[in-house]
Amino acid sequence: MQKEEVERLEQIATELRIQVVKMFEAAGSGHAGGSMSVAEIISVLYFNQMRINPDDPNDPDRDRFVLSKGHSCFTLYAALAKVGILAEDALYHPYEVDSPIQGHPELGICPGIDMGTGALGQGLSAGIGMALAARMQKRDFRVYVVIGDGEANEGMVWEATMLAPKYKLDNLVAILDYNKIALTGPIEETIPLEPVVDKWKAFNWHVLEADGHSVEELLVALEKAKEIKGKPTMIIAHTVKGKGMSLIEGMRNSHAMAKFSHDDATMTIKELMSE
Amino acid sequence: MSDVLVPRNIVGSTLAEIAEKDPAVVVLDADFYTCTITEEYKDRFPDRFVEVGIAEQNMMGIAAGLATAGMKPFASALAAFCTRRACDQVTTSIALQNLNVKILGVYPGLFVGKNGGSHQALEDIAITRAIARMSVVQPADAWELMEVLHFAVRHTGPMYIRISREPTPRYIPDNYTFQLGKSSLLRQGTDLTIMTYGELIADTLEAAEFLSFKHGIKARVLNMSSLKPIDTKAALQAARETDCIITVDNHNIIGGLGSAVAEYLSEVHPTRVKRIGVRDVFGRSGSNQEMKRKFGLSAEDIAVQILDYLN
Repeated sequence: MQKEEVERLEQIATELRIQVVKMFEAAGSGHAGGSMSVAEIISVLYFNQMRINPDDPNDPDRDRFVLSKGHSCFTLYAALAKVGILAEDALYHPYEVDSPIQGHPELGICPGIDMGTGALGQGLSAGIGMALAARMQKRDFRVYVVIGDGEANEGMVWEATMLAPKYKLDNLVAILDYNKIALTGPIEETIPLEPVVDKWKAFNWHVLEADGHSVEELLVALEKAKEIKGKPTMIIAHTVKGKGMSLIEGMRNSHAMAKFSHDDATMTIKELMSE
Repeated sequence: MSDVLVPRNIVGSTLAEIAEKDPAVVVLDADFYTCTITEEYKDRFPDRFVEVGIAEQNMMGIAAGLATAGMKPFASALAAFCTRRACDQVTTSIALQNLNVKILGVYPGLFVGKNGGSHQALEDIAITRAIARMSVVQPADAWELMEVLHFAVRHTGPMYIRISREPTPRYIPDNYTFQLGKSSLLRQGTDLTIMTYGELIADTLEAAEFLSFKHGIKARVLNMSSLKPIDTKAALQAARETDCIITVDNHNIIGGLGSAVAEYLSEVHPTRVKRIGVRDVFGRSGSNQEMKRKFGLSAEDIAVQILDYLN
């Protein structure tokens, strides 16, 4: 793996975080924790792994991305703007009624969104549908679904987890953004997810682990997933909620910031740029 | 073709016929294909048949994902479970994303064999009607259901289709073409108008016959198979031409056809609307006849309620 590519993707993750902070400032609030923890995952997918076509965001052969933890969508919006699918100006009109930047991603409103999400627990099922469609249409696109650890409380996640191996969906990769904190606090207090690797293994998935903030480890896992035949892959990405934002990083209340000020933005951007 | 057909019995063969010409058609099942009668489709198109097991929520999410890639999914299950249980999935993964998913709910309303309250969909019309973008239909008979399935595959957008398992004669006229928002006339009449759909058409027609024969009351009867949008033109015409409107719902009277008709007419042409249906109670196990008697939906009960209302 080329050092330059790793550095480039790390740099993009930082740029995505900075962009997200600017969006929080424009919005005055935001789902900060999960948007920060997913930055490297989205950087690696959109800027290295996925086959996308900025000239035709609806290209039927494009790889698909489902951000099942839809509240982290600012990072996705920032990536879509950076690849040239979404007009950058739109990023500065978050949460406005006529803006493509809605609180959660929605099909038909924001270009480049492959599946609308927000009501938690539903994205993995949509990913299964996409992966089945690829097979039925004899296309070779791959499907990537990012789910949250809190989200994994939802029963539907396990319905989908149970079904995907039956159809041997080796074109489906799920990534768990395992930041260990949900809305009210640590998931150890809500519903512990451990032993998380054993759980997905028991459901007949191929399970890999990675440091979700290591571009290199994510790349290794995603490349490995391409070699796995006959079953879907789950990448357990160990992350830190609010990564890179000292205001909230790792804190139990890092899920969302009801108020995000100009000073918060200035300080966080300074921190991110000095990394 | 026989004189009487069970609507659900034509689902598999009709979908197979459609899928023969349309490679985008895919059928999803929640361990119910022997009851939705989609086995013929499953056997002919195994690669476009997705068996999700007893997991209606997952089924709706998968249907949504298939639709994002241009497939035309028909997700089939017991009416109660594909609406009540999967309500959020139908709302946010399908309708909010404006995805082209057709939901086939079999055994709607009271008539679920003897399965009782847990299996009776007395809320499904209310639920689906309140979901933006969703169309809601219950065909009168197997012939109309064939039309509706052919329509559904051409129609873009989410749609909920209630499918009966009761043997039914043909009610729709020859050369009939289904249109959303269009009713069909089952009986001429000038005194009052009775609107119904699906399983209760036979009892409603019998009640209308009784009113005519015994009391000289000429009731117009309309098949309101398009439950959302309703046929507002026919409703307005009925309100203008006849004294009052009676609705007969195989559903809770809250949120069913009666609600839809009253909501519309109260805005444009305030009219007396009597809602006959399940009166905000849960169902019970029993034969269809027992159930109709208990919940006031037999021909006799319908006639008595109409006479009471007129007096």
